[in-house]
Amino acid sequence: MKIFVFAELNTAGPSTISLEMLTKARNLGGEVAAFAVGAGSDAAFATLGAHGATTVHHLDPGDALPAAAAAAALAGLVGDGDLVFFGLTQTDRDVAGRLAARTGAAVLSNAVDVKVEGGSVGVVNEILGGSTLVETEFTGSGPRLVVVRPKSFTAEAGAAAQPQVHTVPVPDTGRSGAARITARHAEESQGPSLADAAVIVSGGRGLGSAEKFGLVGELAGILGAAVGATRAVVDSGWVPYSVQVGQTGKTVKPSVYIACGISGAMQHLVGMKDSTTIIAINKDEEAPIFAVADLGVIGDVHQVLPKLIQALKAR
Amino acid sequence: MKIAVCVKQIPDPATPYTLDPATHFVVRPAEQVLDDTDRYGIELGLQLAEATSGSVTLVSMGPAGNLQGIRQALAMGADKAVVVSDPALRGSGAAVTARVLAAAIAREGFDLVVTGTESTDGYSGVMPQMLAELLDLPALTFARKVSLEGTTIRVERQTAAGYDEVESALPVLISVTSGAVEPRYPTFKGIMQAKQKPVDQPTVADLGLDAAAVGAAGSGQSITAVRPAPERAGGVKIKDEGEAHLEIIKVLERTKVI
Ligand SMILES: Cc1cc2nc3c(=O)[nH]c(=O)nc-3n(C[C@H](O)[C@H](O)[C@H](O)COP(=O)(O)OP(=O)(O)OC[C@H]3O[C@@H](n4cnc5c(N)ncnc54)[C@H](O)[C@@H]3O)c2cc1C
Ligand SMILES: Nc1ncnc2c1ncn2[C@@H]1O[C@H](COP(=O)(O)O)[C@@H](O)[C@H]1O
Repeated sequence: MKIFVFAELNTAGPSTISLEMLTKARNLGGEVAAFAVGAGSDAAFATLGAHGATTVHHLDPGDALPAAAAAAALAGLVGDGDLVFFGLTQTDRDVAGRLAARTGAAVLSNAVDVKVEGGSVGVVNEILGGSTLVETEFTGSGPRLVVVRPKSFTAEAGAAAQPQVHTVPVPDTGRSGAARITARHAEESQGPSLADAAVIVSGGRGLGSAEKFGLVGELAGILGAAVGATRAVVDSGWVPYSVQVGQTGKTVKPSVYIACGISGAMQHLVGMKDSTTIIAINKDEEAPIFAVADLGVIGDVHQVLPKLIQALKAR
Repeated sequence: MKIAVCVKQIPDPATPYTLDPATHFVVRPAEQVLDDTDRYGIELGLQLAEATSGSVTLVSMGPAGNLQGIRQALAMGADKAVVVSDPALRGSGAAVTARVLAAAIAREGFDLVVTGTESTDGYSGVMPQMLAELLDLPALTFARKVSLEGTTIRVERQTAAGYDEVESALPVLISVTSGAVEPRYPTFKGIMQAKQKPVDQPTVADLGLDAAAVGAAGSGQSITAVRPAPERAGGVKIKDEGEAHLEIIKVLERTKVI
């Protein structure tokens, strides 16, 4: 069994999730190859190597949306019984879907763990907001595709090793590969990034308005924390999608997560419940967020946050 | 323009779903609702159909039940629905679902296919791309803004860092994020009309698919265990009487944030 790890290459190097998955693949043992897509560099390949890839297949699709070409190229590389890891990110999901359709392979999504025992491969999923775990095994033939939730594994570089790099020619995918990227925009907020922050201050609809959401930013500023948000406020346009935490946003594991005016819907909980310490402020004493909070404050964010900010400023 | 919108009926999310202890399949009540996130795809479909004097066909796979969720979707304004509902489909994985939906969509004919980015109950999140591959279409995925100019579709595609501008000529598949458009509420007239709109319910055989290749047997996966996750140690809950911020500061000190 060979393990392939999909690695999207960004300007900053391989995606974080690809390094998490490579570390897991390396620990599972066997032969590990990265399938890297995007503008490559020796530094990026070396990073993939250090995390466990002995081989890197590199495809640069230029300004084409990469999924069709990447799936076509991968289909030619993966064999019966091989494991292929993707992250639960936009581009990874696009490629996983197309590869599954092309090869007829089963794809297990939203995995938080992968188990290989003898010949069998299974994944663990969290359902119902993470309260229940489901284990599913692959039973058929063909490659086995797994889509992994970010932060399920910890990325650890091993000994530096330059991998063998093979350049993959861009396959002609005809009509399905016809989508083009005409411009790219970054919307990162200021301060530490959500993915790496040790402290996150996150706000929900309970803040009441985009203007009042400023309290979240202010507290984050004082604590050197990153700002997070629920989908409800992202959909309302108060903050950009890049700060959304949860099932369809980012998965975070900071040492402290402060949830302000957040109900604690299942789709939010799966993205933050593994934070080391959780503080929640909500005026509804029945709010589900309190079930995961180490300190739950039943109160009004418009009372508690200004006082907290004031007290911290006075220190 | 002929538009197919993929929508799903799901058990009401207000009542958490249960798994059949023997088969581990989700227990589906007869009374199902429209997956809330599908309203964005329907709205986008309706807007583009209105702009091009086109039509919207809903395509769905799953136990039909009393079709309540499909009627909700039709009440928004879609013209008709195709619901593939066949006992042979029980336990189908994402890949099988994609083959069935693709066959139903191809049978209808289309210029544009619209899906959500992930369903509320299944959230495999890979259905749109599987469909695009099976239908040999480019896929403009994770669209948070969509515009049509002649036969070119342009979208803003959400990325981890921000967004990309992406374009393609028709025919194409779009997966739309929630928030991309503002879904309309069904009118009273719409609700009345929905009762009369055609709902086609083909079987797997009608679509030319082999019953042995679908359902649990054709899905290449099997659930082996369901167990409760380790519980988080319970925390403390306090009521703010004006001093709760001091308790928060204590925790921030204890955790060395300050
Ligand atoms: C397929 C799918 C994917 C999803 N993905 C995500 C995701 O990635 N991330 C995500 O967050 N959500 C996601 N959601 C949405 C999720 O289900 C919830 O709707 C959302 O998390 C709710 O956000 P909220 O807590 O801000 O709002 P609400 O649920 O409206 O909660 C607001 C809370 O604020 C409290 N409140 C009100 N006023 C005050 C006040 N003055 N002081 C203190 N508290 C107050 C209320 O008591 C309430 O508990 C998804 C949903 C679906 C269907
Ligand atoms: N059974 C189904 N019937 C119709 N559409 C579906 C079905 N399953 C998934 N979809 C579509 O695919 C999208 C992604 O779903 P999923 O892959 O389940 O996360 C949804 O938003 C729907 O538009």
